[in-house]
Amino acid sequence: MNVVNRGFLGRRDPERVELPPGQYLTRDFPVLQAGPTPSVPLDQWRFTVRAETGAEWAWTWPQLLALPRERPTVDIHCVTRWSKLATTWEGVSLDTLFAEVETVADYALVRSHGGYTTNLPLADLLDGQAWIAFGYDGEELAPAHGGPARLLVPHLYFWKSAKWVSGIDLHHDDEPGFWESLGYHEYGDPWREQRYTDD
Amino acid sequence: MTEPAVRVRWLVGTVHSVRSETATARSIVLDVPGWPGHLAGQHVDLRLTAPDGYQAVRSYSLAAPADGQRVELTVQLIEDGEVSPYLVDVVLPTEQVELRGPVGGWFSWDPDRPGPVLLVAGGSGIVPLMAMVRARAAAASTAPFTLVYSVRGPAQRYYAEELDRVDGLDLRMVHTREAGPNGRPPGRIGPADLDVALGARVYVCGPTGFVDAAIALLLAAGHDAADIRSERFGGQP
Repeated sequence: MNVVNRGFLGRRDPERVELPPGQYLTRDFPVLQAGPTPSVPLDQWRFTVRAETGAEWAWTWPQLLALPRERPTVDIHCVTRWSKLATTWEGVSLDTLFAEVETVADYALVRSHGGYTTNLPLADLLDGQAWIAFGYDGEELAPAHGGPARLLVPHLYFWKSAKWVSGIDLHHDDEPGFWESLGYHEYGDPWREQRYTDD
Repeated sequence: MTEPAVRVRWLVGTVHSVRSETATARSIVLDVPGWPGHLAGQHVDLRLTAPDGYQAVRSYSLAAPADGQRVELTVQLIEDGEVSPYLVDVVLPTEQVELRGPVGGWFSWDPDRPGPVLLVAGGSGIVPLMAMVRARAAAASTAPFTLVYSVRGPAQRYYAEELDRVDGLDLRMVHTREAGPNGRPPGRIGPADLDVALGARVYVCGPTGFVDAAIALLLAAGHDAADIRSERFGGQP
C-alpha cells in the first residue's frame, strides 16, 4: 500500500549534499548515551587490547599522547538519523596501536568505562579507518562526547564509535555489544541503512 | 536485559484521534494492524511521504503502553522542524502514516518489576515516562512511582488532568519560570525535588542540559550510576 501524506512537503536540503539514506543534516552535535557520563581520571586511564590468546597490550595516557597523531576530517552518521559533515578530530590511528599486537582474530569487542560495549570486525578498525580520538574541533574532547578518549570509526553508524573507550577484546567469533543485543544491527553500515537487526 | 523486539517491516497506521496537549504539542492515537506490541519507554520510527515521493523519517517516543494494535504518540512542534509541523498542525483522523518499531529496549520499564521507580522528565521528555506511568496503571502494578516533571509553567504541562488523577503516583511538578498551584517557588530542579530513597530505578528524559543537571544531582545524592537510565535530545557544542 502506498501512503501519501498530502500537506506534507518536506524540507529538501538546499545544499543537495549526498547523505546516506534516511539521514538528515545537523550542525549541532547531539549527545546520545544510555546513562550517566563516567568520569575517567587521566592518571588511571588505560587503553588495553586483549588478544584471543590472552596476551595484553596496554597504553597509559602519556604513552598514548606520545604516539604519532593524525587529524582526520570525517562525516559522522548517527542511527537516530542525524549526520554531521566534515567533523575534525585528533587522535592516534588504530594502525599505530595494532602495529604491536599479534592476533589472528577476526572480531573486536570494544569496551568502555561505564560498561558500554560494541562489536565490529577487526578489519574495520584497521587500514586508516579508525582512531582513538582525544581532540575534537581543535579542543580537548569533552566528556559528553566521550572524553578523555573515544573510538572514532566514522564509516559505521556512530554508536560503534564508543565513548570513554577503555579497550578492545579480540575474538574469533562475533559477539554482540550493548546496542547490538538490543535490536540494532551487527555491522551498521549507514550507506546500506543497516539500522536494526534484520535490515 | 530485554530481548530484541525490533520489527523492520513498515506498517500503515490510521489516525484514530488527535488531542492537543499544549499550544505546541499534540497526542496522536493510531490504529496499526500488525503492531507487535512494545514496552513502555520504547519508540517508533514514523515515515511521511510527500505527493512527489519524497520521504522523511523521525523517531518518536510511544506515550502509552501497548493496547492491541492501538499506538499513541505525543509530538512537540519544533519551529523549524521538517516532520513535526505536519504531525502537530496538519494530520487529521482517518489519514495514514507509516510506522515501524518498536525501537529501543534499554530505556524501558516492564510492569513485572516490583521495585520503586523515579521518573525525571524535562519538557517533552515526559512522553516515554508517561508511557511508564500508564503501563503501571494498566497492569495494576503497586511499584512505588515518583514522577518529577519540569516545565516552564503550567501551560507547558502535557497530560495535565490525567496526571493529577493517577492513583498512587507521587507527582512533583517543577515549574522553572512561572509558579504553579503546588506552592513551590519557580526555579530549576534541585535536590529536594529528587529526594527519594536510594535504590530506585531511575529514568531521566529531556534536553541534554536538563538530563546532565538531573544526573549530577542524583549521583551527588548517592544514587548508583548503574541504576540511572537516560534518554536525551538536542546538542552540546
